[in-house]
Amino acid sequence: MLIDSGSPGAVGTIGITLTINGERRELQVAPWTTLLDLLRERLDLTGTKKGCDHGQCGACTVLVNGTRINSCLTLAVMKDGAEITTVEGLAGLGQREGKNSLHPIQEAFVEHDAFQCGYCTPGQLCSSVGLMNEGHAKTRDEIREAMSGNICRCGAYTNIVDAIEEVMHQGDAR
Amino acid sequence: MNRFDYVRPGTVAEAVQALGADPAARFIAGGTNLIDLMKYDVEKPGKLIDITRLPLGEIEESDGGLRIGALVTNAALAYDARIKERYPLLSSAILAGASAQLRNAASTGGNLLQRTRCYYFYDTATPCNKREPGTGCSAIGGVNRIHAILGASDQCIATHPSDMCVALAALEATVQVSGPQGDRAIPFAEFHRLPGDEPSRDTNLAPGEIIVAIDLPAQTFTTHYTYLKLRDRLSYAFALVSVAAALELDGQTIRTARLALGGVAHKPWRNGEAEALLQGQTATRKTFEAAADLILREAKPQSTNGFKIELARRAIVRGLEQAAAGTPQSQSDKRIQ
Repeated sequence: MLIDSGSPGAVGTIGITLTINGERRELQVAPWTTLLDLLRERLDLTGTKKGCDHGQCGACTVLVNGTRINSCLTLAVMKDGAEITTVEGLAGLGQREGKNSLHPIQEAFVEHDAFQCGYCTPGQLCSSVGLMNEGHAKTRDEIREAMSGNICRCGAYTNIVDAIEEVMHQGDAR
Repeated sequence: MNRFDYVRPGTVAEAVQALGADPAARFIAGGTNLIDLMKYDVEKPGKLIDITRLPLGEIEESDGGLRIGALVTNAALAYDARIKERYPLLSSAILAGASAQLRNAASTGGNLLQRTRCYYFYDTATPCNKREPGTGCSAIGGVNRIHAILGASDQCIATHPSDMCVALAALEATVQVSGPQGDRAIPFAEFHRLPGDEPSRDTNLAPGEIIVAIDLPAQTFTTHYTYLKLRDRLSYAFALVSVAAALELDGQTIRTARLALGGVAHKPWRNGEAEALLQGQTATRKTFEAAADLILREAKPQSTNGFKIELARRAIVRGLEQAAAGTPQSQSDKRIQ
């Protein structure tokens, strides 16, 4: 076994290493801690939102090794060794490349009024960056389909697609 | 969620041994269904065996076909160049399901083993023979819009929710498993079960077995295929009815026909008689309607899902028309041609 939390009846915490928004962290976590709860409750990274907590709304979307997933449906221990980017780290991605500003997708969301209440926005932003990293969606229909895992109850979808299209066409996805 | 132990084996043998040593343990890979079920206390494993580090993440050439490792994600599979080129039906079906985030996490093996989305299976306050054998079926006579019209029993009318599996059934894939008794291969049609009087068992996996790979045969259906999925909203919803259709045509004559339905039964639904009826016939609407009639002859409506029989009939005909014409359903432009 690579890892064993202990014998039945003697449940223990497990040591893991995560690089979160560029910062390496050694953490002791209980196995039932979701990545979402670790980020919000332990690390005070409350930008990532808990909406449905069942993988149906996308508010908890983060990037794991550059790939977007629902952080509510994964256990932190399973991501041992991974690089996590949350909405708090998106601007940092820009800064590491010598910029001192928001991530282009964040600027585009502001420019296009791609939100109203803002609760789904961190998930929409991370999902947008994930979509661009994947590189499969090109047309407006394809963007809409590829963003269907992020629900916006204010109905800002049209403007969200506008924002993504603009950044994609700038070719400045990161 | 209940408290549990956690182990992370490095080899398939270690994983099989860990499961054999603890009947209350469960494998976890993508976790997209299991963690959800644990949050509802439908699943309460005493131990999770994290199999994500096992070397089962590759797609390889195998006997003229492809062998898909059980840990290949749904997204990696759908976008793999060999799958897109040689098994476009499979790629299309995967992209018709779930969301990008879920497809990035969910594994191939886990897709086969996901549980029904029957509302009552998820609601621990209600009786459910699948969740708690012998308690009864709340869906019969209850809210059963999404439930089975074929192959159900008086104990369970749940449907299998997968899109990928409908395509794998049509392609006649093989499930490779490893277990305490060694390795064996299960034809896809024999992998999932009908509910009968034992609805708690979804599959014919033996206790302690693990899926290690899915084999796709050499026959690929690259021109005349479609995956047509009908649902309550245009994306990110389970099928009310779906159709995987694959044909080999000689002019307008059908040489080979494969047809599998999703959303209508406890497993991807195939009807050998209907496929045999199509073979040798001219690919016309009349032929397709005869096949649809044959498949749905045994269909039985529940109290609120009778519409699915007519929906299935039309979906079968339209799916076969799309396949015959070589115009597969787009999974981004949702207009049905």
